[in-house]
Amino acid sequence: MSVVSMDKSPSVAEPAVVLASKPQNPQVEALLLFLRNGTAALGLSMMAIIVVMCLIGPGLYGIDPYAIVNVPFAPPGTPGALFGTDFLGRDILAGVLIGGRPTLIVGCVAAAMTIGIGVLIGCMAGYFGGWIDRALMKFTEFFQVLPALLLAMVIVSIFEASLLTITLAIGIVGWPQAARLTRAEFLRIRDLEYVRATRTAGARDFYLIFNTILPGALPPIIVASALTTGGSILFESGLSFLGLGDPNMMSWGVMIGQNRNYLLEAWWTVSIPGIAIFLTVLAISLIGDGINDALNPRMRKR
Amino acid sequence: MSTAPLLEVTDLVVEVDNGKRILPVLDGVTFSVDAGRTLGLVGESGCGKSMTALAIMGLLPQGFRVKSGDIKLDGKSLLSMGPDALRKLRGSVMSMVFQEPMTSLNPVFTVGDQIGEALRLHEHLNAADARTRAIEMLRAVQIPAPEERVDNYPHQLSGGMRQRVMIAMALACRPRLLICDEPTTALDVTVQAQIFSLLETLQKEMGTSIILITHDLGAVAEMADDVAVLYAGKRAEAGPVATILDNPSHPYTRGLMSCTPRLRLGSAALTPGHTLAEVRGMVPPLGQFEAGCRFSPRCPMADAHCHAAPPPDVHLGASQTVLCWKVTQEQAA
Amino acid sequence: MTNLKQPLVFLAQSVGLALAVVVLNFLLIQLAPGDPVSVIVGEMGGASEEVIAQMRAAYGLDKSVLEQLLIYVSKVAVGDLGYSYYHNSPVLQLIMQRLPATVLLALSALTLAVVLGTLVGVLSARKPHGLLSSFVTVVSLIGYAAPVFWTGLMLLLLFSAIWPIFPTSGMVQMRAPKGFMYYVDVAHHLVLPAVTLASIYIASYSRLSRTSMIDVLSQDYIRTARAKGLPEGKVVYKHGLRNGLIPVVTMVGLQFGQLFAGATLVETVFNWPGLGRLAFESILRRDYPTILGILLMTSILVMVANALTDLAYRLVDPRIRSKRA
Repeated sequence: MSVVSMDKSPSVAEPAVVLASKPQNPQVEALLLFLRNGTAALGLSMMAIIVVMCLIGPGLYGIDPYAIVNVPFAPPGTPGALFGTDFLGRDILAGVLIGGRPTLIVGCVAAAMTIGIGVLIGCMAGYFGGWIDRALMKFTEFFQVLPALLLAMVIVSIFEASLLTITLAIGIVGWPQAARLTRAEFLRIRDLEYVRATRTAGARDFYLIFNTILPGALPPIIVASALTTGGSILFESGLSFLGLGDPNMMSWGVMIGQNRNYLLEAWWTVSIPGIAIFLTVLAISLIGDGINDALNPRMRKR
Repeated sequence: MSTAPLLEVTDLVVEVDNGKRILPVLDGVTFSVDAGRTLGLVGESGCGKSMTALAIMGLLPQGFRVKSGDIKLDGKSLLSMGPDALRKLRGSVMSMVFQEPMTSLNPVFTVGDQIGEALRLHEHLNAADARTRAIEMLRAVQIPAPEERVDNYPHQLSGGMRQRVMIAMALACRPRLLICDEPTTALDVTVQAQIFSLLETLQKEMGTSIILITHDLGAVAEMADDVAVLYAGKRAEAGPVATILDNPSHPYTRGLMSCTPRLRLGSAALTPGHTLAEVRGMVPPLGQFEAGCRFSPRCPMADAHCHAAPPPDVHLGASQTVLCWKVTQEQAA
Repeated sequence: MTNLKQPLVFLAQSVGLALAVVVLNFLLIQLAPGDPVSVIVGEMGGASEEVIAQMRAAYGLDKSVLEQLLIYVSKVAVGDLGYSYYHNSPVLQLIMQRLPATVLLALSALTLAVVLGTLVGVLSARKPHGLLSSFVTVVSLIGYAAPVFWTGLMLLLLFSAIWPIFPTSGMVQMRAPKGFMYYVDVAHHLVLPAVTLASIYIASYSRLSRTSMIDVLSQDYIRTARAKGLPEGKVVYKHGLRNGLIPVVTMVGLQFGQLFAGATLVETVFNWPGLGRLAFESILRRDYPTILGILLMTSILVMVANALTDLAYRLVDPRIRSKRA
C-alpha cells in the first residue's frame, strides 16, 4: 500500500530513472570517478610535472644552483640564465628546480606524520570515549591553543635546523585537526549497525578500530590528508622564508627569504620561487577537491 | 452560494525544467474554494498537491513555472501580479502551514518574534504591539502559558506545539485563505485530532477559507466541504465531500477510500463489488506518464481504450466531475 | 546554580591549560642549549668560576629541576616572565609594548576576512551556478595555495613600487604626525599587511559561508519566511544569515591560533612592530626568555579569543545556549 507515505515534493535534482547499476566495488568506483574528474586530472598532471622536474630537472639543466654563474640581478631572459640570477649571481632556474626537493619531502613526510598522530589519537578518543576521550581531547585542545608556527620556530631553533627537525616540528604542531576529524567520524560510525554486529560477534577492540571502523572513516581523512600536505608545504616554506630552514639546502622558501630585501630591484628573484610554491600547493588542493568529489558523488551537484 | 468563489484555479499547468528536459508537474488542474469553506486536496505523494499549493502562494521552487492556466484570488489573477504585489498578499491575505513543524520554524528566533514578524510587516505594528498580538495568537491556538511560551525558541517546544505556532503564525493577520499542507502528517494521532478541531474553531471565528492538503480521506471527511482528488498532476475527481464519499466514481478515489479504515465500512456497503483492498503500484515519476489515462497502469478496470487516449472530464449530477473513460462510457450507454 | 557553576568550570579548565603551557615552556627552557647564566657570561665576555657559581645560585640553577619548575610557575603566576638580556628589559614589558600592534593587525585582518568573505559567500550562494560562484571557487583555491609571505611581497611590489600608493614598511612614518593624522597614518600603513593576512582567510570564509548558506537557503524555515510575505532581502539576510553564520563563528574560534602564525610572517614582511616580529627576532638572537614569554602570551590570547567565540556562538545559536547553560 503506497497511500500512507510521507508526501515529499518531487525534487528536481533527482533523476527520473533510478539507474539499476550493479553494486560495484566502491573503491574501484571512487577511483574511476576520481580519474574522470577534470579538476583531479588537472591537479594530478600538474603534480606529476612538478615532481618529475624536481627529480630529473637539476640533472638535465646542469647548472649548479649554489654557484655564482653570472652577474647579480641579471633579469630573466639573460643568455645562460633563463629566469635571471639572484643577489649573488646564482641561477634562479637551477634554484627553483633543486629547491622543490626539500619542500616536497618535508611537506609529504610531515603530512604523513600529522595524519598518523591525528588518526591514532582520534581513533582512541572516539572509540573508547569516557575519560580516555576527555583526556585526549584536553591534550588536543592544549596543542590547538599553542600558536603552531611559533612553537615550530622554537623547536627548530632549540634542536638545530635540519630536514628532520623541521619535519618533526611540523608533525608535532599540526595533528590536532586530524585528531578532531577522526574522532568525529568514529563517534558517528561507532554505533552503526554493522559495527554493533561485529562487536556482538566477539571482535577485539584492535580489530574493531582498524578493520571495522577506520575504513568507514577514511574518506574525509583522505581529503584532509591532501589539505594537510598543502598546509605542510606552506609551513615549511614559511619556516625557510624566516631563515629557520636547513641552512645547507636551497629551497623555495629560502630563496624568497634571502632575496626579499632586493624585491624592488629584482622582482624575479622573489616572484618565481613563490610561483613554484603556489603551483605545487594549488595542484595538491585540486587533487584534494577531486578526491572529495569522487568520494562524495552527491556533493558534486553543489 | 451565488457569490463568486474566493479562490479559482483554472486549467493550471505547471512544468519543471530539470536542466535536461521539461517535465509536466500539473496538467490542467481546476478547482475553486468558496469563502469560509474548506477544500480537501487529496492524492498520494508526488501527485502535485504541494506544487498546487506553492503555485497559489507564488513560491514554486527554482526550475518550476506556471505554463498556462490561471489562479484568481477574489477575482484578481495572482499570475499577472508583480512579484512585490504577490508578496504583500502572502502572510496577510493568504498564508500557508507546512508539513514539517520540526523544520519549518527558524531555530534562532523566538516563536514570538516569528509570529510578530508578519504583523509588523503587514500591519505595521511596533514591537510591543506585535508581541501582545503574538501572545493572543498563542492563546488562540490553545498553547498553555502563552506569556512564557512567546519567548521560547522552537527547539523548546514539542512537535504538536510547533505546529500550533505555525498555525498561529499563518493566521496572525487573519488571512482569507489558509493552505494547510499535510499539517498533521508528522504528528501523533491524538495531536492530529486536536489540530483539526483547532482549525475548525478558528475557521468559524475568522471566516477563513481552508485548503487542506492530505492523503487521508478520513481527515477530508471530517474537515472539508469539498474535495478534489489529484492523480499524477491531473484532477481525477472533484465535488462536494458528501457526494464524493457516497458515490466515489473514479477508481482511484475508491482505492484511496478503501485504504482509509474509518471509511471502508461505509463505502464498502455503498459500492459492493467495487471495493479494492489497496491501490497497487506507485505514482509514476515525472515524465513517465502513460499516453492514455494516467491511472490506467494501476487501474483494475482499465481496458485498451484507457491505455490509448486520455479521458475527458465528465460531469456527474450538478457538482461532481470525474476523469475516467469508464464513467464516460457508462454515461454514453 | 548552573549559571555560576559553568563559568567556574570553564575558568578552572583555562587555568589548567595555561599551567600546561607554562610547564611546556619550562621544559623547552631545560632543552634549550645553555642556561641564562652562560648567556649573560657570554655577553659579559667571560667571568670567573666563582662568579658563575654565585650567579647560578642567584638564578636557582643549583636547585633540583622540580624546585626550579615551582619557582618558575610561581614567578609566571605574578606576571614575571623573565628578563630579556638582549633588550635589557623585563619580558612582560617588551610583550606589552608590542602587543597592541599585533592585536590591531590581527583583528583588522580577521574583520576584513569575515565581513568580505561572508558577503561574497552569501552573494554567490544565492546563485550557486553563477559567475560569482565560480569566481569564489577560483579565488579560494588561489588564496589557499599562495604562501602568505609571498602574497605580501607581491602586494608590496605592486602597491609600493610599481604603483606606489602604500608605504613599504613599518606602522608610522619616520616623523610621526600628531593627533588625528597619526591614526590616519597608521591606517595607511595597516592596509597592505591587513589585506595580506586577510587573503588567507577571505577564501576560506567565502567558501564556508557559501556552502553553509546554500544549505540554509534550502531549509523549510526559509520557505516559511517567504510564505509570510517577507521581502527577499529579509529572507536571506535575516532568516538565512543568522543560521548561515553559525559555522562561520565556529571557524573564527578555530583560526585564532593560526592567525598569530600568519601575523608572524606578515609582520616580518612589512616590518610591522608586533609580537610576531619580536618572536622572529628573538629566535634569531636565541633570546629564549622573550620567545617563551611570547609563546605563553599568545596561548593565553588564543584561550581568551576562544572564550569570546564560545560566547558569540551562544548568542547566535539559542540551541547551544539552553543545552550547555
